[in-house]
Amino acid sequence: MISLAGRDILHGWSKFVLTGLGLGLLIGVTLSMAGIYRGMVDDAHALLANSRADLWVVQQDTQGPYAESSSIKDDVVRSVRGMPGVAAAANVAYLTMQVQKNGQDNRVMVVGMEPGLPGAPGYLVAGRHITRNHYEAVADVKTGYTLGDTVRIRRHDYTVVGLTQRMVSSGGDPMLFVPMKDAQETQFLKDNDAIVNDRARTAANPAFNRPGNPGLLEAVQALQTSSRSVNAVLVQIAPGFAPEQVAEPIRRWKHLSVYTLDQMTDILIVKLIATAAKQIGMFLVILTIVSAAIVAFIIYTMTMGKLREIAVLKLIGTRDRTIAGMILQQALGLGLIGFAVGKLVATLWAPVFPKYVLLLPGDSLAGLVATLVMCTLASTLAIRVALKVDPGAAIG
Amino acid sequence: MNPMNTPQPGGILIEGLRKVYGHGDTAVEALKHVNMQVAPGEVVGLVGPSGSGKSTLLKCLGAIIEPTSGKMTLGNEVIYDNGWKVKDLRALRRDRIGFVFQAPYLIPFLDVTDNVALLPMLAGLPNATARERALELLTALDVQHRARAEPSQLSGGEQQRVSIARALANRPPVILADEPTAPLDSERALAVMRILNQMAQQAQTAIIVVTHDEKIIPTFKRIYHIRDGQTVEEAGEGRALEEGASA
Repeated sequence: MISLAGRDILHGWSKFVLTGLGLGLLIGVTLSMAGIYRGMVDDAHALLANSRADLWVVQQDTQGPYAESSSIKDDVVRSVRGMPGVAAAANVAYLTMQVQKNGQDNRVMVVGMEPGLPGAPGYLVAGRHITRNHYEAVADVKTGYTLGDTVRIRRHDYTVVGLTQRMVSSGGDPMLFVPMKDAQETQFLKDNDAIVNDRARTAANPAFNRPGNPGLLEAVQALQTSSRSVNAVLVQIAPGFAPEQVAEPIRRWKHLSVYTLDQMTDILIVKLIATAAKQIGMFLVILTIVSAAIVAFIIYTMTMGKLREIAVLKLIGTRDRTIAGMILQQALGLGLIGFAVGKLVATLWAPVFPKYVLLLPGDSLAGLVATLVMCTLASTLAIRVALKVDPGAAIG
Repeated sequence: MNPMNTPQPGGILIEGLRKVYGHGDTAVEALKHVNMQVAPGEVVGLVGPSGSGKSTLLKCLGAIIEPTSGKMTLGNEVIYDNGWKVKDLRALRRDRIGFVFQAPYLIPFLDVTDNVALLPMLAGLPNATARERALELLTALDVQHRARAEPSQLSGGEQQRVSIARALANRPPVILADEPTAPLDSERALAVMRILNQMAQQAQTAIIVVTHDEKIIPTFKRIYHIRDGQTVEEAGEGRALEEGASA
């Protein structure tokens, strides 16, 4: 038996291919949306893995430093280093901000870290690690910076001495690593006019400028322009210790919140990007419904244009299942063309997205199955119409 | 090989056929005790004004709608006797009845050969055998040179000859032709009638031609007039169909 669907497709191939192309672009967008979600999850995993920490010590009762703000004093790290099971500990500070290069703004996450300790970039793709205490930076390649570039953060210029990759925030902003002292200063550094104004305002306050308390005003003003705070202490545990075994004493005796890698993964993926995931999920549902509606409409229109032929086919004894099979095969053919086009365009335009788009083979397979199921369901309306055609309509 | 060398037993016998549409006060009796007989190899005309019941009779004979009562025999088999005697009406239409329509209604996405071969394929013949049979029929109808063409590339007469080939493809004992010459000029209409007569004789097929085409009515030897759902048989002129014109 010849393939009626195949012959019909070949007969009007240009219309069919163009329709498949349009559907393919829609499927491409759907696959990209899934890829964006996967990219967010992968970014979160990369952020945690690249920090090379086993525990995150943060301000008590907060879920910092990524999901909530957390502020602890920078000397906490010393007492943490003394806790049992701690192999290494380091302060980190995170600031999402605009930095400038040649007058052009670039949104990055500035990371204050201590070279060689947890929180510092684990590997470089070019250049060297930070060796000086000030004004050197290591940038993620996504920033677009190159070695030797000068980047302005607030009032100071930093030289890019190293490049790393896959170091992005949970929001997808590329990281720029600077020495911890610089990051602390950056958090509170104001322009000269603001500093003068603040000094004058503080000096005018009689509480800070009382007779008999020499040095009080200077001490208060010094506090206003310096910071001893960091966002978290990252801890690497010594061999032979379980994460919870090390975390519990820190929680108990230091009155801080401590998260293990599993807990931090949960915070980042389940809580922090949950809303974004739901948003993308809604888009996926809407795009799937729109795609199904388009396939259903196209197949329905194609079937309506063949009612006379279908009546003749039924009159000359073609079985219902042959006619239903013809329509189903056309819907599936359209779906396969659409999927192939969608997969191709999603692969081609994924690197152009500003955020990481991760197209997993499993997602593509699921997309293919969903497309075929969607096409099958979409063809039911047309099949219903075709099977209701009266063979007598051919006689008139 | 002659494609018509193994004809099925032919003949149509209709006895007391009635068809009533609707029920009660709104019931319409479209066919009232219709009797007809067509012998194998015979071509008879069925003529009548619009609304006389021609289409209803054709649909009953074609197993498309169920009569209300009566008896119908196709070939040597009673297909209806106050109820269908055949379970698979679709297979009955496919294997035992050939249809020729007013317009050819060829499947536009199949070439000429496959339009004809489709029926044998649907009946289960291997594709190669079905195509071989289609080519023999196309040769017999003198359209073999258009075998690979699409229906849209054919003239009206060629399309009608292909539709006749399709009707003959499963070697049915009966062919029902509904206004087969309506869209054709006199010359081509007579050519189609000549083909139908030749095929009827070669394959011993009983053919009913529904028409009100004045050009071809004189060619029938027997004509059934249908009026108000009843048939009246009368002898036709049986004018000889001369060779020459091509459909």
